Amino acid sequence: MSSDVGLAPVLTSLWDHPQSWTLKTYLDNGGYQGLRQALTMAPADIVQAVKDSGLRGRGGAGFPTGMKWGFLPPDDGGPRYLVVNADESEPGTCKDIPLMMATPQYLIEGVAITSFAIGCTHAFIYVRGEVVHVYRRLLNAVEEAYAAGYLGKNILGSGFDLDVTVHAGAGAYICGEETALLDSLEGRRGQPRLKPPFPAVAGLYARPTVVNNVESVASVPQIIAQGAQWFTSMGTEKSAGHGIFSLSGHVERPGQYEAPLGITLRELLGMAGGMRGGRPLKFWTPGGSSTPLFTDEHLDVPLDYESVGAAGSMLGTRALQIFDDTTSVVRAVTRWTEFYAHESCGKCTPCREGTYWLKQVLRRIEAGQGTPGDIEKLLDLCDNILGRAFCALGDGATSCITSAIKYFREEFEAGMHTPAAELFPPQRTALFDYTPRTTALTAVGGH
Amino acid sequence: MTANAGFPQAHTGGYEPDVYDQLVQDTQNIIARYPQARSALLPMLHLVQSIDGFVSRRGIQFCAEQLGMTAAEVSAVATFYTQYKRKPNGDYTVGVCTNTLCAMMGGDAIYEELSEHLGIGHDETTEDGKVTLERVECNAACDFAPVVMVNWEFFDNQTPDTARTLVDELRLGNDVTPTRGPSKVCDFKHVSRVLAGFPDGLADEGPSAGEASVQGTQWAKNHQAPHSQHPDTAAETQGTPRDGEPHTGDEGSSAERPTGAGTPTTDDGKDLT
Repeated sequence: MSSDVGLAPVLTSLWDHPQSWTLKTYLDNGGYQGLRQALTMAPADIVQAVKDSGLRGRGGAGFPTGMKWGFLPPDDGGPRYLVVNADESEPGTCKDIPLMMATPQYLIEGVAITSFAIGCTHAFIYVRGEVVHVYRRLLNAVEEAYAAGYLGKNILGSGFDLDVTVHAGAGAYICGEETALLDSLEGRRGQPRLKPPFPAVAGLYARPTVVNNVESVASVPQIIAQGAQWFTSMGTEKSAGHGIFSLSGHVERPGQYEAPLGITLRELLGMAGGMRGGRPLKFWTPGGSSTPLFTDEHLDVPLDYESVGAAGSMLGTRALQIFDDTTSVVRAVTRWTEFYAHESCGKCTPCREGTYWLKQVLRRIEAGQGTPGDIEKLLDLCDNILGRAFCALGDGATSCITSAIKYFREEFEAGMHTPAAELFPPQRTALFDYTPRTTALTAVGGH
Repeated sequence: MTANAGFPQAHTGGYEPDVYDQLVQDTQNIIARYPQARSALLPMLHLVQSIDGFVSRRGIQFCAEQLGMTAAEVSAVATFYTQYKRKPNGDYTVGVCTNTLCAMMGGDAIYEELSEHLGIGHDETTEDGKVTLERVECNAACDFAPVVMVNWEFFDNQTPDTARTLVDELRLGNDVTPTRGPSKVCDFKHVSRVLAGFPDGLADEGPSAGEASVQGTQWAKNHQAPHSQHPDTAAETQGTPRDGEPHTGDEGSSAERPTGAGTPTTDDGKDLT
C-alpha cells in the first residue's frame, strides 16, 4: 500500500466553513482572482491554458475541456452559449450537488471565465429540479455576483457583459445527456439529438454551444489563477488534476474525497475507515452505474481514465458505490436495470425495448424463477443494445449486466432455482436491523 | 406573447382574475430570462403547479396561450417529466430513494414501512391530502444513504423509524426540518414556485454541507499539513481559495498530525478487504 498518498481539496476546501456558500466567504478566501486574471488575458490564451492543463470533462465522458471549447466555429457575430450541465443524476454520483450547495461561487466564477473565453454573453446552468435548496443557493449566488459586479454589464470594468440564467429541470435522467439537456432547455421533451451536428456547431437554439459539467467549469478559476502547471502537477500525465471521488455504500465513512486522479480505491478506503465492520469488498462501480463493475481484484487500479479503461471499465463520474459480501449482485443489477428502463426516453428501439426485456428477465432471475437460457438471453439483449442505441443511456444500461455476469455468473445461475433474497437476505445488506415484509421484494423497484 | 384564438375563455383562462394577472406577470418575468420564449415552458409548468398543485388542464391551456403553442404540445412536454404531477398532489411529496445504492442500504425497507404505515403505494396520496408517497431515483446523495426527500429537501441517513415519525409529523401539520435545507420544509405549492425561479429568501438557511460531504476536507486537514497537501501548494498563490486555511472554530483546523502527507491506514487500520 502506498504510504504517501494524500487528498487534494481544491473545490471542496471550504465545504466545512459554516457560511461556505456566501460571496463574502468566497472573497475572503481569494475568490474571483481567477476572473480578474482572465479578464486581462486574450480569450484564446484562456482556452490554451485550459488545454495545457489537461482538464478533462468531469461529467463522465472525460473529453478534454479546452479542446471542446476549441471546437466552436469562428465568431460570426451571432450569439454563442455556455450551458452548464448540473443535472447530476447518474446513480452513485453525488459531487456536483454538494458543490453547488456548499460553494456555488466556484461555479459562478468558472461560468464567467469560460463565457469570456468562448465569447458567450448569456450562460445557462441547468440544475435538476429535485434539489430545491441547491437551486435556492444557485439563484442566490448569481444574485450576489450580479450585485458585486462579477456578472452583468461591464464586468469589473472590462467591457465584458454576461447574463446567467439558472434553470430548474423537472425530473428526467436523460436530460444529463447533453443534447437532451439542450432540447429540455428549449422547452421540449428531453430526448437526445442526432449527432453531428455537435453542440459546438449547432447547440442551444441551433447556435454554437459549449456544454460542460459543473465540476469541470468550477475547476477553471484555479487553473487560471494558479496556472496549468499547478494543475498538471496533480494526477497522471493523461489524467491531470484533482477530482472529487464519491464513496458510498458499505464503507465506514462514506463521503466526498477530492484527490489527485490516479488514487486507488484501496487508498481511498484507508481514508474512509475501511469497509463496514471490516467485511470483505464484493463489487463496486468506479464511475456510476453506467460503468462496468469492478471487484476486489481492482482495489489497486489507479483511478485515472487510462488505467480504469485498461482494466475494463470507465472512470465515469468517480462515483464509487461499494458493496460488501452481504449483497446480491443480481438484486443490484436488477434494480439498476429497472432504473434504465424507467428512464429510457423511448426515442430509439434498442434502448426502449431492450431495457424493458432486460428488466423482465432479471426480475425472474432475482425471484429464483429464471429459465434455462436466460443468461444467454441477457447477453444477447445487451449485445443488441450496446453500440446500437441512440445515446449513451442504452450503452450504460448494459455495463452492469455484462460485467456482473462476467464476475458472478454463478449468482445468475442460482437465480434459476433460488431467490436472491434467500441467498442474500436484504436485512443483512441494510445499515439497520429490520424484518423484511414478505410481500414486495420484486414489486418495489417498479414505477 | 400571442394569445391563441382557439381558446374562447382565454381572458382569465378559468382562473380568478387576480390569480390570472399574477400568472401573466410571472410568465413575463420567466420569458424575459431566455432568448426564446419556449424555454420558459418548464418553469411555467412548475408555476402552474404552484397555483393548482398539479399540471391542471387550465394550466396547460394557460401555457399554450402564453407561448403560442397547442395544448397537445404542452401536454407532450408535461408528461415527459416526473416532477409534473398529473393529478392533485399532496402537500408533501415523500420520495424514498429505491435506486440500487439506497435500496440496499435500507431504502427498500423504508419504502415498505411507509407504504404499509400510510396505506398507499407509489404516486398515491393519503386521504387527508397531506402526503404523496413516491419511489424516487438517485437523488445525488448516495453518501447519505438511505435518503428520503420531502418536497425535494434532503432527509439523510434515514431508517424506517425516522421515516415513519417524519410522515406522522407531516400529517399532524407539524414543521419538519431537513438535514440539509431550510429550517422547515415548505409545502408543494411553495416549492413549485421556487422551482419556477422565484426565490423565497431561504437560501441562507441550513448548513453548508452534511457530515459525509466534508469527510475528505476534514481528513486532509487532520492528516496533511497546510501547504503540503500537494507539492505545488507550498507556492500557492496568495489569496486563492485553497485548502489548508483553517476556519475559526473548525474542529481540528490546526494540523494535529503534521505529517507531510496522509497515511491511508492511520485511522483504525482496518483491513480493507
